[in-house]
Amino acid sequence: MNRFAPYVFLRDFWSRWDVLAFIVVIGLIAFLGETSRGLFSPLSTLEMAPLSLNPSHLPEYAARTTFRMLAGLFLSLVFTLTYATWAAKSERAGKLLVPILDILQSVPILGFISITVVFFMSLAPGRVLGAEFAAIFAIFTSQAWNMAFSFYQSLRTIPTELAEAAESFRLSPWMRFWQLEVPFGMPALIWNMMMSMSGGWFFVVASESISVGHTTVALPGVGSYIALAIEQRNLGAIGWAIATMLIVILLYDQLLFRPLVAWVDRFRVEQEPGVRVPDSWALTMMRRSRLILGATLAFHAAVLWTSRAVKRSDKPAIEVPAVRKRSLDLLWVSLVAAAVLLGCWHIVLVLIKNTSLHEALQVCGLATLTMLRVFILIALASVIWVPIGVWVGMRPQVTQIVQPVAQFMAAFPANLLFPIAVYGIVTWQLNPDIYLSPLMILGTQWYILFNVIAGATAIPAEMRYVTANFRVRGWLWWRKVALPAVLPFYVTGAITASGGSWNAAIVAELATWGNTQVEARGLGSYIAEATAAGDFHRIVLGIGTMSLFVVVINRLFWRPLYYYAERKYRLT
Amino acid sequence: MNSSPLLQCTDVRKAFPKPDGAELLVLEGMNLELREGQIVGLLGRSGSGKSTLLRLIAGLAEPSAGHVHYLGQPIVGPASGIAMVFQSFALFPWLTVFENVALGLEAQRMPRADIRKRSLAAIDLIGLDGFESAYPRELSGGMRQRVGFARALVVHPNILLMDEPFSALDVLTAETLRTDFLDLWSEGRMPIKGVILVTHNIEEAVLMCDRILVFGSNPGRILSEIKVSLPQPRNRLDPSFRELVERIYVEMTARPQSGASARQERFPGLGIGSQYPQVSSNLLAGLMETVAAPPFNGTADLPKIASDLQMEIDELFPVAETLQMLRFAELEGGDLKLTPEGLAFAKGALDERKRIFSRHLLTYVPLAAHIRRVLDERASHSARKSRFIDELEDFMSEEAADQTLRAVLRWARYAEAFAYDDENAMFSLENPT
Repeated sequence: MNRFAPYVFLRDFWSRWDVLAFIVVIGLIAFLGETSRGLFSPLSTLEMAPLSLNPSHLPEYAARTTFRMLAGLFLSLVFTLTYATWAAKSERAGKLLVPILDILQSVPILGFISITVVFFMSLAPGRVLGAEFAAIFAIFTSQAWNMAFSFYQSLRTIPTELAEAAESFRLSPWMRFWQLEVPFGMPALIWNMMMSMSGGWFFVVASESISVGHTTVALPGVGSYIALAIEQRNLGAIGWAIATMLIVILLYDQLLFRPLVAWVDRFRVEQEPGVRVPDSWALTMMRRSRLILGATLAFHAAVLWTSRAVKRSDKPAIEVPAVRKRSLDLLWVSLVAAAVLLGCWHIVLVLIKNTSLHEALQVCGLATLTMLRVFILIALASVIWVPIGVWVGMRPQVTQIVQPVAQFMAAFPANLLFPIAVYGIVTWQLNPDIYLSPLMILGTQWYILFNVIAGATAIPAEMRYVTANFRVRGWLWWRKVALPAVLPFYVTGAITASGGSWNAAIVAELATWGNTQVEARGLGSYIAEATAAGDFHRIVLGIGTMSLFVVVINRLFWRPLYYYAERKYRLT
Repeated sequence: MNSSPLLQCTDVRKAFPKPDGAELLVLEGMNLELREGQIVGLLGRSGSGKSTLLRLIAGLAEPSAGHVHYLGQPIVGPASGIAMVFQSFALFPWLTVFENVALGLEAQRMPRADIRKRSLAAIDLIGLDGFESAYPRELSGGMRQRVGFARALVVHPNILLMDEPFSALDVLTAETLRTDFLDLWSEGRMPIKGVILVTHNIEEAVLMCDRILVFGSNPGRILSEIKVSLPQPRNRLDPSFRELVERIYVEMTARPQSGASARQERFPGLGIGSQYPQVSSNLLAGLMETVAAPPFNGTADLPKIASDLQMEIDELFPVAETLQMLRFAELEGGDLKLTPEGLAFAKGALDERKRIFSRHLLTYVPLAAHIRRVLDERASHSARKSRFIDELEDFMSEEAADQTLRAVLRWARYAEAFAYDDENAMFSLENPT
C-alpha cells in the first residue's frame, strides 16, 4: 500500500552541502528581493479589470484558476525532467543540486509570493501577464521540488539488469531516457504530482490576489473572488466559491489524476499478480476514443522518430585525463564557492543593513511561538485522527468511503474556509492567539488521517487473526498491535502535516474580515505583515528564519523518527 | 573448426576500488576462448566472478588488465554482435512483447518494415506466436524468458551471453526452455554462432555445454576446464553423464595443492579476518541429521544429497563448508563425511547439541572466541558492535564485515555464547556463567 506524502526524505545528506545549499537558496531570495524592490515603484498605479461577486462569473474564474494550475504542472514537469536528470547524471552537480532541492521544499514560498509578483511583473511587458507568471510560479513551487525529488530517486534506483539491457542493446542516451528512465520514474512521479495538488490549490488561491504595499494585484480567478468577498464581508459569495472549488477539484481528480494513475499502472516494474489495477471511467473512455488513440499514436511515433534522429555515438566514452578532471573539479568547486559567497553577500547586505540583532532575536522568539503551535496542533490532530484512522482502516467497507473523502479534503484549499472561521472569531470576539491556530492545520490534518488509514489497512490478515485468537484487546491491543503497526505511516503523515502547517501559518496567523484584522502572534503573521507593508528585508528575514526552523526540525526530529519507525515497525 | 576464435579473453583481471583506496580483486588470470559452434559454460558459486566476466564480454564493464577480443577486435562498449539474456529477464514492463523484441533493432535505426519482419520471425522462432501484444506482466516466468531470448536473437548476434537464464524459473519450466533452446541450437535455426552460459547448476552445465570452466572464488579464477563430448541430446541418467557430474563435484570440493591460501581453503576460519556465509543453525543441524541417518550413515555423496534435498550447489556448498569449518564434517572427493563430533551432534538432544556447538564455535571461529574474550574481560560484560566492525574492516569490505558479524552472531545466539541488542548495537553476556 502506498503512503501519501508530497515530501521526500533522503537518507544521508546531512553534510556541509546542506549548509551551502541553504546559503545559496536564501541568498537567491535576498537577491530577488533586492532587485525587485528597485523595480517596484513604477508599478504602483496598476489597474486590473474589476472583479464581480456575481456567481455567474464563477465558471470563468474557475476555468482561469484551473488553467494556471495546468500551466504550473507543466512547468514542474519540464523542471523535473531536466533538473532531476542533471542531478542524477552528474555526480558533481548532484552534490549541490540535491541539497538545494531539500532546502527548497522547506522554504515557505507563500511568504515569498509578494517578491515574485513584483519580480515577474517587472519582467513581463504586459502587467497582467507578469502577475499570471507569478501565480503560475507559486503553483510551480508547490509541485516542482518533490516531483524532482521523486524522479531523481527513480533515476537512482533503476534496476541494474534493466539498465544493462538498455546498454547492451545499445540504446542511445536519448532513447534510453524516453524508453527506460521516464517510464520507470512515471508511477512515482504521477503519485507525487497528485499528492502535492493540495499545496497547488492552496497556493493558487493565495497568489491570485496579493497586496504588496499599496499595490493590489487581483487576477480573475476563484482566489481573488474570495478575497473580494472577504473585503465586502459577503458570506454568501464565499459559499459560492467553496462550492465551485469543490466541483473543480472533483473534475480535476476524475478527468486528470484518476486516468493518469490508472494509465501509469502499466509502468510499474514490480509485477506481483493479484494487485487490483486501479480503474478510471475517464481512462476507459479515452482509450476507446479514436481521437485520443490517434493522439497517443502520434506521440509514440514522435518519440520513436526523435530516437532515430538523435544518434548514439558509436565511439566509446572518452576518459577524461586525470589532470583535466582535476582542473574541472577545481572549476566546479570555485563556481560553488562563488555562488555561496554571492549568497552570503546578499544575505548580509539585506539583513545587516536594514535589520538589527534585536529584531533577529525577536523573530526567533516569534518562530518559537509558531513552532509551539504547530507541535500542539499536530499532537491534537493525532489524538483525534489516529484512533479514528485505525478504526476506519480495520473496516474495509468504511475505508472505501472514508479514504477518498479524506484525500479529497486534503486537496481542498483550506484557505477558502478561513473567512468563515474569521467571521466567527470577529463575531464572538474570541482570542485570536488561540482560535486562529487551528486554521494552520485545517488542510494538512488529513494527511495524518489517510496515512493512518492506509497503515491500518496494511496490517496483514494473519496478524489480526493472531490477536483475535489470543484475545488481545483493549489498551493492550492498541499498545502492542495497532499503534506500532501504523507508526511508520503515521510519521509520514505527521511530517507532511507539520511542513504544510508552517506554510499555512503565513496565511492563518493574520486574517481579515472586511476591514477588521485579527492576528495571532507568530512568525507567520510577522511575514504576512511585512508582505502587506512591502518590507522586503523583513520578508527575507522572516522566510530565512522559517526555513531554518523547518530544516532544523526536520533534521533533528522528524527524520530520525522516520527512520526509527521505518526500521523497527515496518511490516513487510 | 580451426578458424580464429569468436571471442578471446587473455589474462583478464578485474578489481573494484574500495573507499579506503585499496582494491577488491574479483577476477584474476582469466583466459577463455570461444570458437564457432560451441557452448561454453562458466560454472561457479556466487561471488566467483563469473557474472563479472560475462559483463566484461558484454562490454558493460572494462577489465582492469588484460584484453577481451571479439573477432580479433578489442571490445570497448557493447558490441553489436553480442547479445545478452538476463537472469531476471530484464523486460521493459511498459512495452508489449513485440515492442520489447523490436527495441534492439529500433536502437539500430533499421527501416520500420524490416524491424517488423525480423521481430515477428524471432517471436515465431522462440514460440511466442500469439503473444505479440501482451505485456510482460500478463506472461508466466517461462514466457517472459522466451521474450528475453527473442529480444536477444532478433539482433542476429554472433555470440549469445546467458546469465543464469533458467535459475529464476521453476524446475519444469526451466527444463522445457533448456530443451527448446538445445533443439533450436542443434538444428542450427538460430542466427548465433557461439554461446557463453553462466550457471551455478552443475547438471545444467553438463546438459548444455561443450566445455565447462569451473570457477573458484576469492578471487574469481578458473580452477579447471572440463570438456563434455557426450552427444546431444544428453540423458541425465546416462552413467557417463552422472560420472561427469560427480567429477565436477570432486573438482569443486578439491583441496588446492599448496601454499597459505590452500590452508585457508582447507579449514577456512583460521584468523579473525575470515568471511563467513549466512548459514542458519537449522540448516547445519538439518544437513548433519540427514547425513548421519540412513542411507548415508555418516558419509554422503554430494550429487546424491543435492538431488535428494533439491538443493543447488549455491545453497548446498555454503552449508557443507560451514560444517567443515566447524569440524563437524570433512569435505573431500565430492563426499561429505561427518566427524565423530558431527555424529554426536546429530544424535544429541537440544542441550547436548548446544554444548557441542558452543565448544566448536569458540574453538574454531576466532571471531566468536574474540568477542567472547572481550565480553569476559570487561567489567560491564558488554561491547559496541562498531568496535568489532572496525577490526574486521582491516580485512574486508564494510558490507562483508557486517555480514560476517551477523553470521557469527546467529551461531553464537544458538550456542548461547553471547547476546546482542540490535536497538543500541551492543554485544553482551546475557547470563554470565
